[in-house]
Amino acid sequence: MKRAVFGVGLIILCAWTIVPIYLLALGALGGSDVVYAWPKPFLPLAWSARSFASFLAIEGIWPAMLRSMEVAVLCMIFSIALGAPAGYALARFAFRGANTYRLLILVTRAFPVGILALPLAVTYVRLGIYDTALGVALIHTALALPFAVLVTSSLFLGIPRELEEAAWVFGCSGIAAFRRIVLPLALPGVAATAIFAFVISWNEVFAASVLTVRHKTLTAFLLSVLSESPLQAQLAGGLLLILPSVIFIFAVRRYLFAMWGIASR
Amino acid sequence: MSRTATAPSESPLPLREGVGGRVSRRAALRPYILIAPSLIFLLLLFFIPLVQTIALAFRTSAGAGFGNFGKVWNDLDFFDAVKDTFALVVVAVPVQLALALGMSMMLRHVRRGRDLILWIWSIPLGISDLAAGLVWLAILTDKGYLNSVLFQLGVIPGPQSWLTYETPVVLFCAILTAELWRATAIVFMILVAGVQLVPKEFEEAASVFGATAWQRFCRVTLPLLRPSIQTALILRTVLAFETFAVVLAIGGTNFPVLISQAFIWQNQNQDYGTAAAYAVIVMVVSLTATAVYLVALRPRAGEPA
Amino acid sequence: MRASLAALSGVLVLSAFSVAPHPARAQEVTFLSTQMRPLEEAQRARTQILNGAPVKTTYVPEEPPQLPVHLQADAQGSHTISLVGALHGEFAPLVPMGLLAPLDDQEALLKQRGIPDNLATLAHLGGEHLMYVPWMQATYIMAASKKALQYLPEGAKLETLTYSQLGEWAANAQKATGQRVLGFPAGPTGLMARFLEGYLLPSYTGGTVVNYRSPDAETMWADFKALWAHANPNSTNYNFMQEPLLSGDVWIAWDHVARLQDAFRKQPNDFVAFPAPAGPKGRSFMPVIVGLAVAKDAPNAAGAKQVIDYLLKPEMQVTTLRVTSFFPVVKVAVPEDLDPGMTLEAQAVAQQQAAPDAKPVLLPVGLGSHGGEFDRVFTDTFQRVVLRGQTVHEVVQREAQDMQRVLDAAKAPCWSPDPPSQGTCQVK
Repeated sequence: MKRAVFGVGLIILCAWTIVPIYLLALGALGGSDVVYAWPKPFLPLAWSARSFASFLAIEGIWPAMLRSMEVAVLCMIFSIALGAPAGYALARFAFRGANTYRLLILVTRAFPVGILALPLAVTYVRLGIYDTALGVALIHTALALPFAVLVTSSLFLGIPRELEEAAWVFGCSGIAAFRRIVLPLALPGVAATAIFAFVISWNEVFAASVLTVRHKTLTAFLLSVLSESPLQAQLAGGLLLILPSVIFIFAVRRYLFAMWGIASR
Repeated sequence: MSRTATAPSESPLPLREGVGGRVSRRAALRPYILIAPSLIFLLLLFFIPLVQTIALAFRTSAGAGFGNFGKVWNDLDFFDAVKDTFALVVVAVPVQLALALGMSMMLRHVRRGRDLILWIWSIPLGISDLAAGLVWLAILTDKGYLNSVLFQLGVIPGPQSWLTYETPVVLFCAILTAELWRATAIVFMILVAGVQLVPKEFEEAASVFGATAWQRFCRVTLPLLRPSIQTALILRTVLAFETFAVVLAIGGTNFPVLISQAFIWQNQNQDYGTAAAYAVIVMVVSLTATAVYLVALRPRAGEPA
Repeated sequence: MRASLAALSGVLVLSAFSVAPHPARAQEVTFLSTQMRPLEEAQRARTQILNGAPVKTTYVPEEPPQLPVHLQADAQGSHTISLVGALHGEFAPLVPMGLLAPLDDQEALLKQRGIPDNLATLAHLGGEHLMYVPWMQATYIMAASKKALQYLPEGAKLETLTYSQLGEWAANAQKATGQRVLGFPAGPTGLMARFLEGYLLPSYTGGTVVNYRSPDAETMWADFKALWAHANPNSTNYNFMQEPLLSGDVWIAWDHVARLQDAFRKQPNDFVAFPAPAGPKGRSFMPVIVGLAVAKDAPNAAGAKQVIDYLLKPEMQVTTLRVTSFFPVVKVAVPEDLDPGMTLEAQAVAQQQAAPDAKPVLLPVGLGSHGGEFDRVFTDTFQRVVLRGQTVHEVVQREAQDMQRVLDAAKAPCWSPDPPSQGTCQVK
């Protein structure tokens, strides 16, 4: 009996997560017929080639999506480029100021970073990078960086120093040892961190909206047309917003679990 | 990541004991060189904008002063924004904590399909608050799925508005539901990792001594989860004060929150000073909440840190 | 790497800001415009409207806030711009800056093409000389689903509707169907402020500013609050009324022609368009006028005037209507082969302008960067009185003080139909 209740509870919790996304997809891919229909159909009977085509033809969505990709890829690259070396330093060296640095990183994580986009908008205009993918990617990197540093630091801690030392004994320089011994071992975890940075950037709304005008990311685009476009365009945008990150999270699910665990210590 | 289990490294070696006992100047500088780019980056993109936000909030057309805060005070929606923001956070965060705790405990007892369930329950991690808002908008809108179900059950006569200013409580519940749906996964992930670290031996010992499941949970598991709970609460609360897209998507301007007001003043009114004033208020509130958690959930004597 | 990227982007942005790519020659005209900015619209302007101009025209779109800056820089430096296209309100600040050339020699053209006197007067921008030539106009009208027509009160006609008849109409529909079918764009980016400033308030008080505190204004708010009882509460989320009309959530709506056109285009047989209702002091409406002006020291003023003449030809006005959905200012018959949805709107626009009790009200002039604050006075009053049920008298008194503050900060004189003022406009 207890097991049955437990099982039902599990199923309800799983359905609670999945069914709303399914309903979104129904509306997004069904077009205006489904969105205006009353009462709503619960099966994808209204999906047709026409509704798919109109879904794909919504104006402005694809450029926005490409821009979101651009920003997220840049964020990914910057976070790893800045964060991995720092993580390595924290893992391998006990230097003066290490704890202060670690605290600093934690402080930035406990902070609503998106609102810093407000003064950055002015700075960006002066630098000429307002309304560009680069500008948005920079603030997103600030969001993802603490995470990248802390996780890569735990990652490198998990790779035995003895392996590197063995390479040194055999004549490899520090950097070569890193490249040939540590990096391949750390790569899966670093890749997972990179993907998580991608998702953070992909989903961010406030800074992206403040920092773009004509070249919006998908989130900024959707927010700006939220009340102007027909409901099915909004739902379609929502679906496009959800799918890539869900796929990415699926790809890194095993590392995800380990990473959240490590980063929360 | 089984490698962490087989060969955990100790903490980093002090610099003095480099290979061969030599410490060159270059080696001593190496960690600083490695962290320098990130430090410079954070300086430029975090600390300086932080100071600028505060400066912006206090800058008015008549020099430095509280003018922008005055505009905030006189803003038609300010009091509602404060009330709504706190209402949302005060209700959502504890409920999510309880829900996530429950889910973590349940997961412990799952043997088959654990990975699948873990993945399904973590899907919302990849969903932005804007998308979550759109999902629940589709469900709760006048001609949406909820009303379709209620209509076919004969509960309502026709399309019903739940999301207008006429039904503020229902609107609040709608936004709350969307937030619960989306953000519980964040808390859940942190707690699940923490739960893995709780040694089963303590609980087994407690049950040997006759403790019930509830007593085991309260007296043994919860205290051991304290650091994870603290982290989860800090992260979730800070994020809660920041979420505005889900509120805008579902409630529009019928449910103002502090951060959506900041956005509106920047975007529609082009008034960066007042937007910054709102942002500073959000910052202060988040930091206060963080400080409260750090103090209230401090590890007590005798517990693992 | 990032620094050089930023520098590169900076250089690219700066170069994009530099004025017209080729030096101005006497036989070319550079046309700077704040309208038709998005890429596709600008392309349409080039390929469908300007391609037949008597003088080769280079079309340069510009963001409205940049217009004065751009013209100033041009006047002091490169002298490339000859023709300027912008909204009435965007021209107003350019006159004291001395950036526009007087166009008195065009007055004959206005009369010849049948441009209405009220528009011609506005084009003087309050001074002696004609400062721009009206080019095209848009306005705000009412739309209704044919389903609603059966509930019209006895004896009421769409073209001569009053606000009280509108209320009866919505009440009849609500009694019969149980639904609130009236809708207004009261969402965050909806144009509710324009409705209140240009349609509702002047219909009761004769102006937008001066009589804001008067007993007439208080009557108006009380009446509107009663009208709102029949409005769909989702109106606070509506920004473009075409959506709720198409989905059937709203049967009677007010909005800008551009924000209603989808409804008329997609289902022209299901909707009717008609002028705004009238209040005790007339049928106020707000024309949004786009005009053409010649830059002060234009390199090719003669060429610019030829282009103006060309754009004002009846055939070009009709082409412009097809391409941009902005309506003609000249006297021209609505063509029969026009998109049926466009025809509906064009008829309503013409009816509204030609109504015997029609009173054009200008968009606020001279508010500069305070335009948003001015609009907020109206929407805040609306929120307080209609949505939150606060006392009309107190709210109006308080908001009138805010309005005076905004006017003082902008140093804006009164604008039509308020009587002209010496100095800053005063709320009585």
